[in-house]
Amino acid sequence: MIVRDLGIIALSTILVHNFVLSQFLGICPFLGVSKKLDTALGMSGAVIFVMTVASAVTWLVNRYLLAPNSLAYMQTISFILVIAALVQFIEILMKKFMPPLYNALGIYLPLITTNCAVLGVALLNMRDYPDSLARATVHGLAGGLGFMLALVLFAGVRERLELCDVPECLEGLPITLISAGLVSLSFFGFQGLFA
Amino acid sequence: MNVFVPTLILSAMGILFGLALAFASKAFAVKADARAAEVREVLPGANCAACGYTGCDGYAAAVVSGEAAPNLCSVGGQATAEKIGAILGLSVGAVERRVARVKCAGTSAVCGTKYDYEGIADCAAARLVHDGPSACGYGCLGFGNCVKACAYGAIFVRDGVAEVVASRCTACGMCAAACPKKLIELLPVDANYTVRCANMDRGAVTRKNCAVGCIGCMRCVKVCSIGAISVKNNLASIDQDKCRRCGECVKVCPQKCINYYDCLLTREKVG
Repeated sequence: MIVRDLGIIALSTILVHNFVLSQFLGICPFLGVSKKLDTALGMSGAVIFVMTVASAVTWLVNRYLLAPNSLAYMQTISFILVIAALVQFIEILMKKFMPPLYNALGIYLPLITTNCAVLGVALLNMRDYPDSLARATVHGLAGGLGFMLALVLFAGVRERLELCDVPECLEGLPITLISAGLVSLSFFGFQGLFA
Repeated sequence: MNVFVPTLILSAMGILFGLALAFASKAFAVKADARAAEVREVLPGANCAACGYTGCDGYAAAVVSGEAAPNLCSVGGQATAEKIGAILGLSVGAVERRVARVKCAGTSAVCGTKYDYEGIADCAAARLVHDGPSACGYGCLGFGNCVKACAYGAIFVRDGVAEVVASRCTACGMCAAACPKKLIELLPVDANYTVRCANMDRGAVTRKNCAVGCIGCMRCVKVCSIGAISVKNNLASIDQDKCRRCGECVKVCPQKCINYYDCLLTREKVG
């Protein structure tokens, strides 16, 4: 039963409640690094990693530090602190022990310490899955995978967009935002998946 | 409401994380070679990747670790190589100056068209439609993606074919990467004899499409006494390491696609 439950959480986070395309979290990297497929993959790798670890750690912080002292109102500020320190720590460890992974993800890691998708997943976990570490972690992992799906799809769209004859007034960011809206709209087609 | 407990918990978390990070950065410090920063200083900073590494930082690290030779930066040339050598205490060999060369001479006067192209003026876009409007499926499309890629203003399009101004070219290779037909190669600056064609069609087909296309007739191969020329896939190519610049091949080439061209003497105006 728990496996089925986790599967549903994963699928609904990736497709129905996609962090970027349905919940509008993490838009900055979505627009910033989706120009090329390889940067999109590097960024997504870092986001998946950090979101998964951050989900688990913030859940533990909330459960054993904040909740017993009834400090739930401090979630936002303490999670920012936890996530920032955690990412820095992971970066140091990675540089030392996993240089290839560091070279692949290194420059993206500092960028996502303050990514609202990472903070968002931690806070949503507190709202939706306050009682289960496994569910919160899977939610974080799936959130990262959904981020990757959105980024990779959109990188493809933008590479095609490069070859299009765009009206002058829409060149650059305007046409990018319009196409992001269309991609987002297409994801709303998944809304009825778990009705 | 008690203010003391939340303040204490938050400050304790902050101090704890701060100490943990400080400890981690000491305990897991990676020794960075200070010379890498010095080498990075003397590199031009164009991040063109002509050396084969990811930008100037990557090349600096590779040089310091001994993985790369100090004379690979074609943009900085001899001067940069000597500075790197001075930092690392290495003797530096001569930097071979190279120049981008376009393997096509099919101007609109000698090479016909398949159809009238009215799409976006971009080589990559034009190539998607039946390999582009040029009658030759291998030749220069002349929309100038290489011109857009060149940071030094060293390449321009004349009569539908890209041409390089050797005096400005730094051999960074950006134009070669931008060309969807892969027509641009980096050759030694003294490569005076080159095959200015990339057509691999059979001779009869080539001759129908372009007046200066290589038809693979083998005459240059036969006349070359040192065997520097070979024909593969109906296309001649000259091994610039073997070539002694005797010029016999130019005399026999019926299509005039091998020709003499001294980049050092030719001064062209960007038009």
